[in-house]
Amino acid sequence: MSDTAQDGPMLAADGTTLKQSLARSLRREKMRALLLIAPLLIFIFLSFVVPIVSMLFRSIENSILQDTLPETVVALENWDDQSGELPDEEVYAAFVRDMLVAVDAKTHTRLGTRLNYEETGMSSMFRRSGRQISRLDPVEDAPFKDKLIDIHDGWGDVNTWAVIKTHAVPYTNGYFLNAVDMQRTPEGAQAQPESKQILVKLFGRTLYMSLVITGFCILLGYPIAFLLANLPMRSANLLMILVLLPFWTSLLVRTSAWKVMLQQQGVINDTLVWLGLVDDAARLIIINNQIGTIVAMTHILLPFMILPMYSVMQTIPPTYVRAAKSLGATNWTAFWRVYFPQSIPGIGAGSILVFILAIGYYITPEIVGGTQGVFISNRIAYHISSSLNWGLAAALGTILLGAVLILYWAYDRIVGIDNVKLGG
Amino acid sequence: MKLSTSILAIAAASVAGMATAQEMTIVSWGGAYTESQKRAYHDPYSTNTGVTIINDDSAAEAVAKLRAMNEAGNVTWDVVDVVAADAIRLCDEGLALEINADEQLAPAPDGTPASEDFGDLIVSDCFIPQIVYSTTFGYRTDLVGDTPPTDVCAVFDTEAYPGMRSLEKRPINNMEWALICDGVAFEDVYDVLETEEGQEQALAKLDTIKDSVIWWSAGADTPQLLADGEVVMGSTYNGRLFSLIEEQNQPVAMLWDAQVFDLDGWIIPTGLSEERTQRALDYVYFATDTQRLADQAKYISYGPARASSAPLVGTHADLGIEMAPHMPTDPENSKRTFLYNYEFWADYRDDIDAKFQAWLSQ
Amino acid sequence: MAALTPVERAPLSFVVPVVALAGAILGLFVGTANGSGLMGILIGAALLAVVSWAMIVVIKNERVARWGLVIAFAILGFVLGSVPGGLIGLISGWFFGWFTFWLFESRYRMRLLPYLTPRQVLWHYAFRVICGAIFVFLITPILVVIPLSFNAQDFFTFTPEMLRFDPEGYSLKHYEDFFTNNEWQRSFKNSLLIAPIATIISVTLGTLAAIGLSQAHVPGKRAIMAILISPMIVPLIISATGMFFFYSNIGNFLEGTLGMNKTFVGYVKVILAHAVLGVPFVIITVTATLVGFDRSLTRAAANMGADPVKTFFKIQMPLILPGVIAGGLFAFITSFDEVVVVLFVGSASQKTLPWQMFTGLREQISPTILAVATILVVISIALLTTLELLRRRSERLRGMSPG
Repeated sequence: MSDTAQDGPMLAADGTTLKQSLARSLRREKMRALLLIAPLLIFIFLSFVVPIVSMLFRSIENSILQDTLPETVVALENWDDQSGELPDEEVYAAFVRDMLVAVDAKTHTRLGTRLNYEETGMSSMFRRSGRQISRLDPVEDAPFKDKLIDIHDGWGDVNTWAVIKTHAVPYTNGYFLNAVDMQRTPEGAQAQPESKQILVKLFGRTLYMSLVITGFCILLGYPIAFLLANLPMRSANLLMILVLLPFWTSLLVRTSAWKVMLQQQGVINDTLVWLGLVDDAARLIIINNQIGTIVAMTHILLPFMILPMYSVMQTIPPTYVRAAKSLGATNWTAFWRVYFPQSIPGIGAGSILVFILAIGYYITPEIVGGTQGVFISNRIAYHISSSLNWGLAAALGTILLGAVLILYWAYDRIVGIDNVKLGG
Repeated sequence: MKLSTSILAIAAASVAGMATAQEMTIVSWGGAYTESQKRAYHDPYSTNTGVTIINDDSAAEAVAKLRAMNEAGNVTWDVVDVVAADAIRLCDEGLALEINADEQLAPAPDGTPASEDFGDLIVSDCFIPQIVYSTTFGYRTDLVGDTPPTDVCAVFDTEAYPGMRSLEKRPINNMEWALICDGVAFEDVYDVLETEEGQEQALAKLDTIKDSVIWWSAGADTPQLLADGEVVMGSTYNGRLFSLIEEQNQPVAMLWDAQVFDLDGWIIPTGLSEERTQRALDYVYFATDTQRLADQAKYISYGPARASSAPLVGTHADLGIEMAPHMPTDPENSKRTFLYNYEFWADYRDDIDAKFQAWLSQ
Repeated sequence: MAALTPVERAPLSFVVPVVALAGAILGLFVGTANGSGLMGILIGAALLAVVSWAMIVVIKNERVARWGLVIAFAILGFVLGSVPGGLIGLISGWFFGWFTFWLFESRYRMRLLPYLTPRQVLWHYAFRVICGAIFVFLITPILVVIPLSFNAQDFFTFTPEMLRFDPEGYSLKHYEDFFTNNEWQRSFKNSLLIAPIATIISVTLGTLAAIGLSQAHVPGKRAIMAILISPMIVPLIISATGMFFFYSNIGNFLEGTLGMNKTFVGYVKVILAHAVLGVPFVIITVTATLVGFDRSLTRAAANMGADPVKTFFKIQMPLILPGVIAGGLFAFITSFDEVVVVLFVGSASQKTLPWQMFTGLREQISPTILAVATILVVISIALLTTLELLRRRSERLRGMSPG
C-alpha cells in the first residue's frame, strides 16, 4: 500500500499527493487506535503501574537515617570506622541532639526497628535509651560520651557506630544484597552467615518447582487439549466444563480439598490402605512437601495450560495429518513430524502463563507445602505482613518481577503475546 | 392528636439518632474469638452509647495494614486487637497511641489503679491487655497408649510417642521448648537463646524431630490435624483446644506443661481525629473494666488480664461448665509455665527467624 | 450417531478372556482388601468369565442380562461389605454388563473409521482412558468437597459414619449456617455486588482497548500490551500493598474533597482494584477473537453508510461477543476468587466471600466453606451452560453449521 508512485506524484481525489493522503489516513488510524486504548492504558498506568513502581522503589529508598539523625550522620563522616576507636564527643553530642528531636517525634523506635534488620539488638537499644536520653539537656549535661555508654553499653561498641555509618545513605543497595543472602557491611558487600542463607535457595526452588509444575501441566494438558480439539464441538464443549469447573472453584477450597485428599489419614492413603496396596504403618507422605505443592499447583494451573493449547490446536487443519498419512507416514511420524510442531505455540503460551502464575503463588504452597515446598513469595508475604521489612520485600519482589519480565519478553519474542487464547 | 405527636416524637428521636449515629470499626481475629468480644463488649457498649460497631476480621494483617494506612494518612480503624508482640512493634513504629493506664483505663472495683490491676501485663506503653492465652499442646488420647504425656518433652520423644506432631512455623515458642527439653533451666532459656551457640543448640534439638513435624501457620490447623488423627500431639492456642475437646467432643486432652503465656489486647491507632480517639478511648475504658473482662471468659477459655476479674469468672454461656479450670491461669494448669519474653523477641525475631527458616528449608 | 463401520458380533473366544481380565483387576482390589490378592485375581477372572459366557450364551437378552447382573452384584457386594460394598457392587455390575455387550456386539468398532487396525483401535481407547483419568484428576477436589459439605461434624474429615453411609453422619447444618449467618450472607452479597461491576468496567475498557490494539498500525504495541497485562504478572502481595496506597489517596480525595459516603467509597476502591486485575484476561481473550475477525465486514458496513458506533454495535460486537463474554467471565471469577488484594484495599463493610472463607480457614474450622463451594460449583455449571448456549447462538448468527 505504501509504494511510492512511479512517475511523478500520484494525486488523491482531493488533489493532495497520494503519499500525503495515505500518511494522513494512517495518522488518523493510529490516533483512533490510541484513543480506543487510551482510557484503559491511563487507568492501568495510574492505578497499577505507578503504585507498583513506587512500592518497588522502597527497595533502594533509605532516607530514615538521615531524616532521624541528621547531625550524627554529618558528624560521623569524619570518623574512621576501621580505626577501632569510638567516635569522639562531637558525634555523641550530635547524637543526643538528634535523639531529643526524634524522641519528641517518637521516630527513634522506628529507626531502631530499621537498624534491627541489620544488627540484632538495635531495636531495644533505641527504645530503652530513648527514654533516658529524653531527660538529658543538650547543653548542660555535656559531655555525653560516658553518659550514653552508661545508659546502654551498646553506645560504647564501635560496631554500633559502624552500622549507623554504613547505612547512613539515602539510597542503599542493602536490601538487594539481603535479597541475595548478602549484607552491606563497613567492609563492603559480604555473604550472610551460612546459618541465615535461605533466599537464594528459595529463588532457585521457586524457579525449579515452577518448571516442574509447568512440565506436569504440559504432560497432563496436552492429551486433554488434543482430545478436545479433535472431538466434535458439542462434546468438546461439554468436556470443557470439566476443565473449567475446578478453575471456577475457590482457590482456597481447592487447596483445602487437596489437603483432605493427600494427608496421611486422607482419602488417597485411606483408599490405598483399604485396598491393601499400602501398609497401614507405612502410609505415603504426599503432603507438606514438594509432592503436595506440585500436585495441588499442577491441578490449580492445569486449565491455564489446557485453554491456550486447545485454542491453538483448533486451528491446526486435520488435512495435514491426513496428507502425511496418505504419503505413507505411520501414525507416530504423522503426529510427531506434522501435528506436534504446529501445536508448539500452544505449549509455549500455556507454559509461560503457568510458569508466571506459579512463580507468584503463595497461599497454596503455604497450606500444602510444608517446609520443602514453599516459594519465595511466601517470604515476600512474611516481610510485608509480619516483619514489616518492606524494603527487603520490595527487593525480593523486584528480582522476581525482573525474572518474570525477562520471561515475558522471551515469550513475546518466541510466540507473540497476542497469541494466547483462554478458550471461549 | 395523640397519634401525630407520637409520630413527631418518633421522627424527632430518629433525627436525633441520625445526628448522633456513630460508627466505629473494631479489628479482631474473627471466628469464635470475635464472637466472644461481640457478646461481652460490643453489644453492651452499643446498647449503652448507641455507637454502632463494625467488626473487621483482619487482625492477622493488622501490622502491615496499619502501617500502610498511617503512611497514606487515612486510618479507618478505631480499635485494633493485636498480640502483645505486634503491639510493641506498632508502638515502636509510632503507629499506636501511648496509653496512660491509670488515667485512661478503669480502676478495679475496689479502687486499685489499673496499672496495678494489670500489673506486668502492660508490656508496652501502647498496649491495653485484654486476655491471657497460652500456646500449649493437645494430644490424641487414643493414640498415646496407656501413658498419656505429662511433660512437654514428650513432644521430643518420638520413641515413646510415635507419630507426627504439629508445631508453629516460626521460631517463637519452639526454640524455648527445645532448650527446656535439652536440659536448660526455665530461667536461663533467654540467656542461652541470646547466643549463637544457644540458637544452634535449640535448632539441633528440633532437628531430632524434624521429620515428624507438620508445621502450621494458622490457628485452625492443629485442631483439624488432631481431629483427623493426622498428628499425635500439636501446639496451638488453648482456646482452640478447649473448643475441640469440650464443644466438638474429640478424643483430645490438654498438656498444660510448659505452656507459654502470651497476651492479647487492644491498641488505638495514631492519626485518628480527636473525636475518634476519644470515642476509642471511651470504648476501651468500658471494654477492659473488671466485669467486662470477666464476662468474656463466659464465651471462650482465655483468662482475663486483670487480677480483679479472676474471681468473677463463671460458667460457659452455652455449655454451662465451670470455666475456671479451663483457664491457662488456673493454678492446676499453670504449675509450670513460661512467660513469653517480648523484649527479647522484639530484638531477635528478625535474626532468629532467618536462621529458623534457613534451617527449615535444609 | 450413525455407525461408521458395519460390524459383526465378536467371537466368544475374544469377549470372554477380555472380560475375565477386567474381572481379574477388580478381583485384585477386592482380594487385597480381604487378605489375598492372588485368590482375588483367580476368583475374579473365573467369576467374570462364567458370567460373561452366561450372559451371552444362556440369557441372550441384553436388557435382562444386564439388569440381572447389576442386581446380583449389588446383593453380593452388600453381603460382603454392607452399604459401601453394595454401592461398589452396583457400579461394577453395571460396568461389566455394559462392557460385555460392548465387546460382544462390537460397539467399540462402530464409530471408528473402517480402515483402522486393531492396534489403532486399542490405542484409541487407551488414549481415552488416559484422558478420563486426567479429567478425574481435574474434578477430584470437587468430588471431595461435595460430600464433605454434608458432614455432620465441624471438620474436613470423612467420619466413620459418613463412610458407612449412616444418615447420622450427614447433615445440612453447614448450608443452614451459610443461609442464616449474617457474616456469610453479607460477604456473599458483597461479592455479588463487587464482581459484576468490576467485570463490567474491565470488559468495557478492555474490549475498547483490544479493538484499538488489533488495528494494523499501533505505535508501541508491545509495550502497551505489556502494561495492560502487567496486573497478571506482578506477584499479588506486591500488587496488594502497592495498590493500597493509590486507593487510599483516591479514598481520601473522594471522602474529604467530594464528601462522599465512606462505605460507598470503600466499594469504589475494591471495585476499581478488581477491575484492574480482570483486565489482562479480557485483553487476551478479546484480542484472540479479533485475530480471526474479518475486517471486510466493517468496511462493508461503512460503505453502506453506517457510522463507526453503529458498525461497532451492529457488526463487530455480535461477532466478537463470545470472546468478550469469555473474558468477562474470567474477569468475574478473578474478582470472585480474589483474597489478597481485597484484604488490603477493602475494609470490613466490603468483606467479600473469599475473604470470609480465608478467615474461616484460619480462625475456625467450618465446613460452611465447603457448602459455599458446592453452591458455587452449581452456579458455575449454570454459568458455563449459559456460555455454551451463547456460543451456539453466535455460531448460528455467523451462519456456521453447528459443530
